[in-house]
Amino acid sequence: MHVVILGCGRTGSTLARLLQQQGHSVAVIDRTRDAFRRYLGPTFSGTLVVGLGIDTDVLLKAGIRKADAFVAMTGGDNTNLTAAQLVRDEFHVPKVLARMHDPLRSDAYREMGVDTLCTTDLGVGLTYDFLQGRGWDKPAAEYLNNPIRPEVEE
Amino acid sequence: MYVIVVGGGKVGYYLTKALTQEGHEVLLIERDPRRVAQLTEELGEQVFLGYGDEMRTMRQAGANRADVIVAVTGGDEDNLIICQMARRCFQTPRVIARVNYPKNRALFDRFGIDHVISSTEAILMMVEQQIPSGHVIPLAALKEGNLEIVEIEVDAESPALGKTLAQLNLPEGTSVISIVRQGRAIVPQADTDVREGDTVIVLTEIRRSGEMRRTFTKAA
Repeated sequence: MHVVILGCGRTGSTLARLLQQQGHSVAVIDRTRDAFRRYLGPTFSGTLVVGLGIDTDVLLKAGIRKADAFVAMTGGDNTNLTAAQLVRDEFHVPKVLARMHDPLRSDAYREMGVDTLCTTDLGVGLTYDFLQGRGWDKPAAEYLNNPIRPEVEE
Repeated sequence: MYVIVVGGGKVGYYLTKALTQEGHEVLLIERDPRRVAQLTEELGEQVFLGYGDEMRTMRQAGANRADVIVAVTGGDEDNLIICQMARRCFQTPRVIARVNYPKNRALFDRFGIDHVISSTEAILMMVEQQIPSGHVIPLAALKEGNLEIVEIEVDAESPALGKTLAQLNLPEGTSVISIVRQGRAIVPQADTDVREGDTVIVLTEIRRSGEMRRTFTKAA
């Protein structure tokens, strides 16, 4: 499959290399060329596009029209949400995922039909269970669908 | 009306002041504590430290009773998400977003944001929903640089009618920052033409404003 990854940080670049090694076609988008140099290294042979992920011209260069999946992995929740909705609505890519930091915003957009992966929920849940002396045998989806969170303070 | 303005830059600041002067209840949300301290000196309790894209901040700010939410930060994605959340999570009747990069305008339209604008003055008009009459109306005198922003209504007798901005030979020190056409503010290019009924928003050096007026309005 062809996967377009937005954001060449630690997560985006690792995913890109993994998918490529497994024989998939991969394009990575980042605002700066430095990110490619730093995280992907010279052996990565996928498509590299410098630009903003909410720019349709940039997405087209990354082959969004033939993409089977799009993952938004920048550090900015709003950028990821904007790009994910644009790709879903404009290019009808079948699998679209937005990485999120803010759990509440993640909930709000899940309700609006955007697939989100809240790494805060995941990280907190796993750490909490570790501190409780529990093993990590729970499926990861549990941490996302029934997140362990503090009560809301007003 | 209760108006929440997100983003305490120049646009947010001016907008908050102007709306307050017109008797509205306004809350300005800004995320940088140093900027908040500065703004508070002048605007007092109207300034709120927080993130306009976070539910918690918006709940504290009383977003559920806001009549209008205006997002004027420097980040287009931020403005877009702030408006989308206001609409979906707080059922805000009107949301207005500033677009910083004209290229992103289509994106805002696609996301169903009611009003997308790129100048303070146009935001103000949309919030107020009344476009003042008359030919040339000064909107703001800018403190430094002897500049002012004026709004000009183009009528059937305007000498600028049908010409593109490039053909107008605008005086030096004058720049058209926006054209409001049929209720929408557009960012004009050199080849944008001037039409009857347009409201042209011009930034001009005060000493050039006479010359500029003659470009757009028939001599009295």
